[in-house]
Amino acid sequence: MKRRNLILNGSLVLFILIFLFSADNFFDDYPLRLINLCAIYIILGLSMNLVNGFTGLFSLGQAGFMAVGAYTTALLTMSKATKEATFFMAPLIWPLNSIEIPFYFALIIGGILAAFVAFLIGAPVLRLKGDYLGIATLGFAEIIRIVIVNTQTVTNGALGLKGIPNDANIWWNFGIAALTVAAIVSLINSSFGRALKAIREDEIAAESMGINLFKHKTLSFILGAFFAGIGGGLLAILQGTIAPDMFNFILTFNILLIIVLGGMGSVSGTIISAVAITLGTEYLAVIDKPIDFGFFETPGIPGMRMVVISAILMAVVLFYRHGLMGTKELNWDMLIQKFSRRPLKKGGIES
Amino acid sequence: MSFDIFLQHLTNGISLGSLYALIAIGYTMVYGILRLINFAHGDIFMMATYFAFYGVITFGVPWYIVFPIVILLTASLGMTLEVAAYRPLRNAPKISIMISAIGASFLLENLAIVIFGGVNKAFPTPEVFTGVVQLGPVSLQKLTFYIPIITVIFLVALLYLINHTKTGMAMRAVSKDHETAGVMGIDVNKTISITFGIGSALAAIGALMWGLKFPQIYPLMGVMPGLKCFIAAVIGGIGNIKGAVLGGFILGVGEIMLVAFLPSDYTGYRDAFAFILLIVVLLFRPTGIMGEKISEKV
Repeated sequence: MKRRNLILNGSLVLFILIFLFSADNFFDDYPLRLINLCAIYIILGLSMNLVNGFTGLFSLGQAGFMAVGAYTTALLTMSKATKEATFFMAPLIWPLNSIEIPFYFALIIGGILAAFVAFLIGAPVLRLKGDYLGIATLGFAEIIRIVIVNTQTVTNGALGLKGIPNDANIWWNFGIAALTVAAIVSLINSSFGRALKAIREDEIAAESMGINLFKHKTLSFILGAFFAGIGGGLLAILQGTIAPDMFNFILTFNILLIIVLGGMGSVSGTIISAVAITLGTEYLAVIDKPIDFGFFETPGIPGMRMVVISAILMAVVLFYRHGLMGTKELNWDMLIQKFSRRPLKKGGIES
Repeated sequence: MSFDIFLQHLTNGISLGSLYALIAIGYTMVYGILRLINFAHGDIFMMATYFAFYGVITFGVPWYIVFPIVILLTASLGMTLEVAAYRPLRNAPKISIMISAIGASFLLENLAIVIFGGVNKAFPTPEVFTGVVQLGPVSLQKLTFYIPIITVIFLVALLYLINHTKTGMAMRAVSKDHETAGVMGIDVNKTISITFGIGSALAAIGALMWGLKFPQIYPLMGVMPGLKCFIAAVIGGIGNIKGAVLGGFILGVGEIMLVAFLPSDYTGYRDAFAFILLIVVLLFRPTGIMGEKISEKV
């Protein structure tokens, strides 16, 4: 069994590598962009799932941390000339206007800065629970956005930043996504991760087992923000332009949709639904445009796509609450069990 | 800054605050009975303005007929929402219900974009509500003067309903304990439905006055007022109606004063004020100014 799984895992990795290689070399810009976006949403989904799914903290601050990461990355990687051209309303303040560093350093700094913001926010906010926590983190994300709009000399205000160099290719994006997956998986399988799950299941019981609630919650929150910052930075690099309006609640909502659909507390579920939702939302754009069936033409209704997406979220929560995977992980045994006709599991125990 | 100008700002603040209070009551009532943040409340508020717009502009019905119909329509929208999005999840984990609420909110917003169009529309303002009154040194728009009065009328009616009628008693009982209330012969589902109806009706009243005061309506107009009024409810102590009113006034007056007295460089932070206030209040009094202490049971 173990040998078989090893072979299957190996071939899956090989398949992904071949796919990425051919995508990198033969795909057009638009599909390539979408594939990159999948990787970024995997990172973002995992970071939110760590906090919401594994630790059970209802945090809605994702967009704020992404904004911190995105702006840091953008400001550190843009060339001097681009900065001068972009900041025509008011010049950029001193140390930032002459810094230009490679994007991988910038990403790490962006992640660390987002984590630092999370540390500052977490100390007071994580004393709250449930919906109060959700509203407070949402409030902080909103405050971050308002600060970005109003600090013209640092962030260029509502105009946003343009001309962020697009250096991260598909290998970088998927490499970082793979690192994130590895980090999160090893984290949740450690004793620290088990403590987080204990907090999710029952805070009081966890505390009486000697788990330091505040320390664990803060650390989980900080780690989530770190990956959110990196995801935000990669998003900025991929898009080339960012503006404060991008980082509104709808962004957080999209990532929430990913983790709810994939299953709160499942890494593999998050990966599958991140890819499905990223591709799905792009290809659903079809229903915004008129469709010609030959004998019958549906009128294009702009915005219909978002209606469908919100309806899907509601349907999932109402009828299929645990999402795709619940808190379970996908593994080969399960898949093979599902597709083979034998009704019994290994060992002859009925499933 | 002379005293007259201060008074002028204060009345404007009270006027805005009473609008916040009306909407905040809806949040607080739903939270009191279901322990749920009704994220879609702000969007119900938005829908009410569109109902009024279509009634008055498209169908040409006079406003005094349209407005009561709008209030009824909005109340039934709120009750439908409860049946469709919240009732099936009554025994589900809290996080699922909240996600359902967020989903409902986005569904309403996007439906509004598709059905009503994303372009701003002008809310009809009947002549009765326009014009200026002079009150001593303070000159006010008539509406600014009417809004607090209308709010107080409905507030008194609501407090009477809750404290002195059987329906109100049922609502208070259900908010304490669903099961026990059910055992005592109260129809829990019906009571929750009524709560949603009343909350949405108050939101509709707030929305109509909001539309008269700021006559630009658009599908996402409910988001900011919705968030702020929820904050007002939390500041006052969620679940407590008087607290919601107090929070609404604090927020309204505070916001107007902030814009009036702060240097113009900082007025961009106006929307951040509510959030900062929320966090400060939550840190020092996690259950709000008038909220009761809740101890957690194992």
